[in-house]
Amino acid sequence: MSADWEMVVGLEVHCELATATKLFCSCRNAFGEEPNTNVCPVCLGLPGSLPVLNAAAVELAMRVGDALHCEIRRSIFHRKNYFYPDMPKDYQISQYDEPINVDGSLELAGGARVGIERAHLEEDTGKTTHVGRGGRIHEATESLVDYNRAGVPLLEIVSAPDIRSADQARAYVGELRGILMATGASDARMEEGSLRVDANVSVRPAGGAELGTRAEIKNMNSLRSLGRAIEHEAERQVALLEAGEPVVQETRHWNETQGRTSSLRSKEEAYDYRYFPEPDLLPVAPDETWISSVRAAAATLPAERRSRLSAAAARGRAGGATDGEVPAGLVATLVELDLDGLVLGAIDAGADPKLAVNRAANEAAAHPEAARGLDPSAFAALLSMETSGRLSATQAKTVLAQMLEEGGDPTDIARARGFEGLSEEALAETVDKIVAANPEEWERYRAGDPKVSQFLVGQVMRETKGKANGKAVMALLAARKG
Amino acid sequence: MAGRISRADVVHVARLARLELTDEELDRYVDQLGAVLDHAADVAALDTTGVPPTAHPLPMENVLREDVVGPSLDREEVLREAPDSDGARFRVPRILGEEP
Repeated sequence: MSADWEMVVGLEVHCELATATKLFCSCRNAFGEEPNTNVCPVCLGLPGSLPVLNAAAVELAMRVGDALHCEIRRSIFHRKNYFYPDMPKDYQISQYDEPINVDGSLELAGGARVGIERAHLEEDTGKTTHVGRGGRIHEATESLVDYNRAGVPLLEIVSAPDIRSADQARAYVGELRGILMATGASDARMEEGSLRVDANVSVRPAGGAELGTRAEIKNMNSLRSLGRAIEHEAERQVALLEAGEPVVQETRHWNETQGRTSSLRSKEEAYDYRYFPEPDLLPVAPDETWISSVRAAAATLPAERRSRLSAAAARGRAGGATDGEVPAGLVATLVELDLDGLVLGAIDAGADPKLAVNRAANEAAAHPEAARGLDPSAFAALLSMETSGRLSATQAKTVLAQMLEEGGDPTDIARARGFEGLSEEALAETVDKIVAANPEEWERYRAGDPKVSQFLVGQVMRETKGKANGKAVMALLAARKG
Repeated sequence: MAGRISRADVVHVARLARLELTDEELDRYVDQLGAVLDHAADVAALDTTGVPPTAHPLPMENVLREDVVGPSLDREEVLREAPDSDGARFRVPRILGEEP
């Protein structure tokens, strides 16, 4: 987008809460089951049936509200009326003007702060599949409906229009996913639809104060498509405005294959949901005791786990064999993959922090499941074999790969692969031998001639048939210089 | 009683509720809904400063259910009541227009 324009984005994230049962009935809340096997009179909207609110859904909503620094408050449910076969009652029960969580915020890893307007409870809809008899799409004649998902608890989290780029939008959803998983509120899988994102996108002249007309974009099923859709939509709006045409407030559908959004406008009149308070449900008003107990049991959030890991890495760095900053991106990756515990454990066991972060984020992260099961002390043992020079970087990676695939002790694996032909003592002896055999070069090295060190290392390499670690040899030479 | 609601409003509301009304019915509902709205206007005219909105006539809150799975219905029985099905899912006529 040209620098003359600025995009303004707010996101609506729907996540399915990880309860055992649905929001208003005791049918199972499960994904991927046989159609219409988890249905009852309540979620089928049969006459005379009455909803009863699931305490666990309220608890999970409160946990997320707390993690997002929201005010948790007394809330009521409304009926949102519409005719569409995905809701057999012809209305969806949702929180409208009195949601349970309001006025929060989410801080992104980069430091930007996104306001949270609300995070409210509502029920999910059934799943419709449009089919055509005779297999021709334009002859689509019917829809098939599965109500297993109807009534599954959703938390809709609405951000303020504080997002200014596609990258920020992705970062926001990534951070929110981390929070949803850390609080146990949701498995937050975009691909399975347990996390769905709609984006309100508008543009305005850079630095402007007023909001432009927005379009709501739906149907992004990955972080990648979210970013693409936002960028495309902002470009489309800029092109319209630059051509002197208005942006129409409407819902647009993202088409992943075509890489563009298209209007969903229909000939029917605009939706008029006629919200009114749900007479079959009473207000939910969590008291101080309940709110405090949720606060007290709060999970460690990704942001705190990142700062713990960074701090541990920084603390250990002074004494470590490697120096330099531990990149924030790697720290974020480790927390996201739930590998921060492994690295912290390894650092505690004496591993070099930066090397631990690197090997975990680059090598171990390729097999996150196996890596989560890795014993931190075995990981630390491997890393110290590398820092002490008993293994070269390449050898260490090979041993780690085998530890991840088959398990096992790093020392045994290295020995079995013949990597440990050279013990620390053997290497020290070889260095002594080379120093003794090259007295002239050694004197020049001691006098501070940097070029001659390469020669000495080369001699050790030749003597050890390439098994020595160059860095370790350099360290031994430096130690002998005194 | 006229004035509170127009005939066009009633047509719109009937359409939203998917009701097909005859001309006579439309006339009747314009009058009846007008009377309801008159009554609402009387209530709205009262000074309710300091009176909290009533969310529900019952003086109760937090009526909650434990998150414990109970039995669902038998699918065959459920689909037997449906106008049409494919044996596993409800079959409904083609849906026109935008999804809500």
